[in-house]
Amino acid sequence: MMRNLILGGVLTAVFVIAALLSFVWTPFDHTSLNIPDKLQTPNVTHLLGTDHFGRDILSMIMVGARTSIAVALVAVTIGMGLGIPLGLSAAARRGGWLDEIIMRGNDLIFAFPSLVIAILITAIFGAGAINAIIAIGIFNIPVFARITRGAALSLWEREFILAARVAGKSAARISVEHILPNVTNLLIVQGTIQFSLGILAEAGLSYVGLGAQPPTPSWGRMLADAQTLVSIAPHMALMPGFAIILTVLGLNLMGDGLRDYLDPRLRVARL
Amino acid sequence: MLRYALKRFVSLVISLCIASLVIFTVIEVAPGDPASFMLGMNAQPETLAALRTELGLNTTKPERYLGWIAGMLTGDFGTSYTYRTPVSDMITARLWVSLPLALYALTLSTLIAFPAGIYAAARRGQAGDIGVMGATQLGVAVPNFWFAMMLVLIFAINLRWFSAGGFSGWDKGLLGGLHSLTLPAIALALPQAAILARVMRSSLLDVLGEDYMRTARAKGLSARQALWRHGLRNALIPVLTIIGLQFSFLLAGSIIIEQVFYLPGLGRLVFQSISARDLIVVESVVMLLVFSVIVVNFLVDLAYAAVDPRLRARA
Repeated sequence: MMRNLILGGVLTAVFVIAALLSFVWTPFDHTSLNIPDKLQTPNVTHLLGTDHFGRDILSMIMVGARTSIAVALVAVTIGMGLGIPLGLSAAARRGGWLDEIIMRGNDLIFAFPSLVIAILITAIFGAGAINAIIAIGIFNIPVFARITRGAALSLWEREFILAARVAGKSAARISVEHILPNVTNLLIVQGTIQFSLGILAEAGLSYVGLGAQPPTPSWGRMLADAQTLVSIAPHMALMPGFAIILTVLGLNLMGDGLRDYLDPRLRVARL
Repeated sequence: MLRYALKRFVSLVISLCIASLVIFTVIEVAPGDPASFMLGMNAQPETLAALRTELGLNTTKPERYLGWIAGMLTGDFGTSYTYRTPVSDMITARLWVSLPLALYALTLSTLIAFPAGIYAAARRGQAGDIGVMGATQLGVAVPNFWFAMMLVLIFAINLRWFSAGGFSGWDKGLLGGLHSLTLPAIALALPQAAILARVMRSSLLDVLGEDYMRTARAKGLSARQALWRHGLRNALIPVLTIIGLQFSFLLAGSIIIEQVFYLPGLGRLVFQSISARDLIVVESVVMLLVFSVIVVNFLVDLAYAAVDPRLRARA
């Protein structure tokens, strides 16, 4: 439905603009401590209130959007960059040993929940935004490999692919020139969904201290700070929470809307 | 059926072997020597060497790997570097929190999702359907640890129906234990229930379009009777697969939720062990999590094949 697409697009745009705007302007400096103004509830000066150090929550959310978007975007790029070629190769060599190895490798990654991967990576390299990106990115590879392979398999049976083979094109060229353009819609839709899952995962990792480290602001860490103060300053937990929910909701609505808009017949697996 | 089961079992064993190798390698390349971490900066070289021998750190890598695998097969997970107690005892104690929590959450999510999904499918396109689907969109977007904090704020701090954290243990009876797991289980179950309700709805809608549903109506069943007697049973297969997959999400999700509620489960054990560089505990708990995910998916595949003969033939 167009309504989903518009609502989702507007919500997503708001957060992307907020993140970009934070590079040049925020209402207050998000790092400046101002103890006398601490724990203010939302008011005219501080639209979303202040935290326990008197920092402006709106400014922190704007800068935090940067972290969330960057981590999720790079993680999706890793997943697409490796997953799509793997899925295309598996479909081109369907039934062969390469297909078998790629799909079994995918099963294996699926057996490690992304948080478990993150924990392992943290155990070696320590916590940080880069390691959060790797952990979320690795988990995205099998998602894109699987969906590319599934869509490509049915395309390989079609007449226009047969025509390309008769014309003497190699499997690699067919994959890039004919298969890939026909699965792009599906990948864009799945991309928005993985993007929203990435934002949720980043928030979760930062919340338990495995993601972005201070002084990099992130929504998950704001929630971790808010936890012990939730009874006296609920707005500290509410505001970053709303930011996460609205962003994820926006991306999901946009994904649904795009799916219906690009091709009503497509059904994307949403787990 | 037996051939299919055997084939799946072989691939299960291969998966487990590769997974254990990956975990072992990751832990091996992790920086930091456990022995010097335990003894501190001023340890004597002789003491250090003695401890390294005692912990088995002087053997070769293949020896250590095989020793670890052989130990796990016999239930011996090694000895914790920091607590000096058998890892298997630590894991067993924590499992009594994490496993009931995951099962509790799975039950809740099923109890919420089934009626919601069936209700939405039966009223396709009407206000009820749109309402349920809107709620599931929201349910998927809410981070479960934030939802957990809100539950604490409302039901523990303001209403005082539950405690804000901690686990009372099972000694005071089943109800006491379940009571302290209720808020965590609700927080874990919500996003899962939203996903499950969507699957339930779309699976039912697929089935409702089948010819046998029209036949059922034609022989005189009401829409409701046809739905309950024929539709639901056929719609359940994809739903059961998703429930199997959700088990791994629940296990991983409980790692974060245990932090919110200060529950002494496997998740907290992993975090404590990472910060104490107690890598043997990390190694074993991660392997246990991966093992359970692989085995659950294996069982789901078998159940699937038992129900649907076409899958057996294809394998």
